[in-house]
Amino acid sequence: MKLIVAIVRPEKLNDVLEALFKAEVRGLTITRVLGHGGGTERVETYRGTTVKMGLYDKVKLEIGVSEPFVKPTIEAILSSARTGEVGDGKIFVLPVEKVIRIRTGEEDEAAVTPVKPGGE
Amino acid sequence: MKRLAWATVPLALGSALAAGGPDTGSTAWMLASTALVLLMTPALAFFYGGLVGQKNVLNTMMMSFAVLAFGGVAWVLLGYSLAFAPGTAYIGGLAYALAHGFMEKGKLLVDGGLPVIVNLGFQGTFAIITAALISGALVGRMRFSAWLVFSTLWILFVYAPIAHWVWGGGLLSKALDFAGGTVVHINAATAGLVGALVLGARREFGRVAFLPHNIPFVLLGAGLLWFGWFGFNAGSALAANESAALAFVNTMFAPAMTAVVWILLDYLKNGKATAVGAATAVVVGLVAITPAAGWVGPLGALWIGALAAFPSYYFLLVRPKLGLDDSLDVFGAHGLGGITGAILTGVFAAAAWNGGTAGGLEGNWAQVGYQVLAVLVVMAYSAVGTLVLLFVTRAFVPLRVAGRDEAVGLDAALHGEEAYPTTEGAILVAEEGGAA
Repeated sequence: MKLIVAIVRPEKLNDVLEALFKAEVRGLTITRVLGHGGGTERVETYRGTTVKMGLYDKVKLEIGVSEPFVKPTIEAILSSARTGEVGDGKIFVLPVEKVIRIRTGEEDEAAVTPVKPGGE
Repeated sequence: MKRLAWATVPLALGSALAAGGPDTGSTAWMLASTALVLLMTPALAFFYGGLVGQKNVLNTMMMSFAVLAFGGVAWVLLGYSLAFAPGTAYIGGLAYALAHGFMEKGKLLVDGGLPVIVNLGFQGTFAIITAALISGALVGRMRFSAWLVFSTLWILFVYAPIAHWVWGGGLLSKALDFAGGTVVHINAATAGLVGALVLGARREFGRVAFLPHNIPFVLLGAGLLWFGWFGFNAGSALAANESAALAFVNTMFAPAMTAVVWILLDYLKNGKATAVGAATAVVVGLVAITPAAGWVGPLGALWIGALAAFPSYYFLLVRPKLGLDDSLDVFGAHGLGGITGAILTGVFAAAAWNGGTAGGLEGNWAQVGYQVLAVLVVMAYSAVGTLVLLFVTRAFVPLRVAGRDEAVGLDAALHGEEAYPTTEGAILVAEEGGAA
């Protein structure tokens, strides 16, 4: 089991969600975040005040997956979030010690396996 | 025009009834103009409110709305009389205090085709917007109670005398000021400058970037100011006549020209046309055409609009570097725009358009001298009067908020509200003995 944390451009979020859906990856959490990955700063001017915007709006996705889904998930994000410009983001893959589904108490693999439509 | 017509009010009271009923067309226009100018103060609240940070929005907007309340009441009780009642060359008397002097033998007085009481309302809207304009220089650190005291005293003892000099038949009646470039804008800007210096800068000035929190508010405010300004300028003809039509059209096109020049200057400087800049330009153009509105032709108005962009544009760029926390550039926009407009009114006044008053371009350069004199006199009195009233206010209540309140933001600290509250983490407090 892995936790995949991806930081992507907000304007690519819909593409990423669509690619994940097509890759049959289910169950994710997204957060709007601010970050800086070494890209060039954007200059803004308000009357006599000029500022460099050092932090950019990004979206963070957190996806808990079982081992067979790690590669398809990464590939889906890579293909959908990439523009080739600085600032496309990062993907982190983290080991997970334990996962528990709150509704049933199921653990680990069972907890990250999506419920089949019409199941239960 | 305004000063000429209303200067006759005290003299004409006796004969007004004999003149018959009001001119209904002009009365209708003046009632509409009064409503238009009143709208400018809430518009200013949006203009200023958008320019400040998220933690001071309500305080900034309340500074304008408070003048609608306290200033309005002060005006009807005393301010109007000090400005427009017969008195000395320096200040009006008390004949119109407490709304006296508008009726005779059970009927409303009529003068110049208008029920005289229209002037109580119309002039009140000017007094209110003038005091509200000052607040832009003081936002983010002034104690709200101190503002209530100061702004009310200011209407009575700075605005009313100056209005008396220019429009009540006093000292400055040789200067051309169609709708209040000196009385309103230069006066308010000078007071703002003095206020900013007396209060001192916000604590984080120069260390933290103060950015506007809602630029659509700024554009909304500028748009509504423009709309209200038709009443401000064209209403200052005090009739629905040719002069009102000229002032109306000039009010439409001069700010357009200022915005054209401002946007081009923005392109030259950064390669990008800013929205805050465009909104500011509209206000600067409106300020500049205010004294000239009924004195110049439409092409003169375009020239005034174009030339007014330059001093304000470049002053706004350097102002933060001067260490001057005139937070929302009241002096840069209203002061410099007002001074440019006042002087250029003397240059571009066109006898053919206004019915006989020539400006410098038609050989009457002496008029420019009268304009400069009026600017200097108003600035001097406004500066001294503002300084005195700030010290008087400080005798009762500190001018600045506590440092902690300034850091937290004036909305929560002084008003017990936030502009954009979240319900997350908001726990309903039940009243004792009542249902939650």
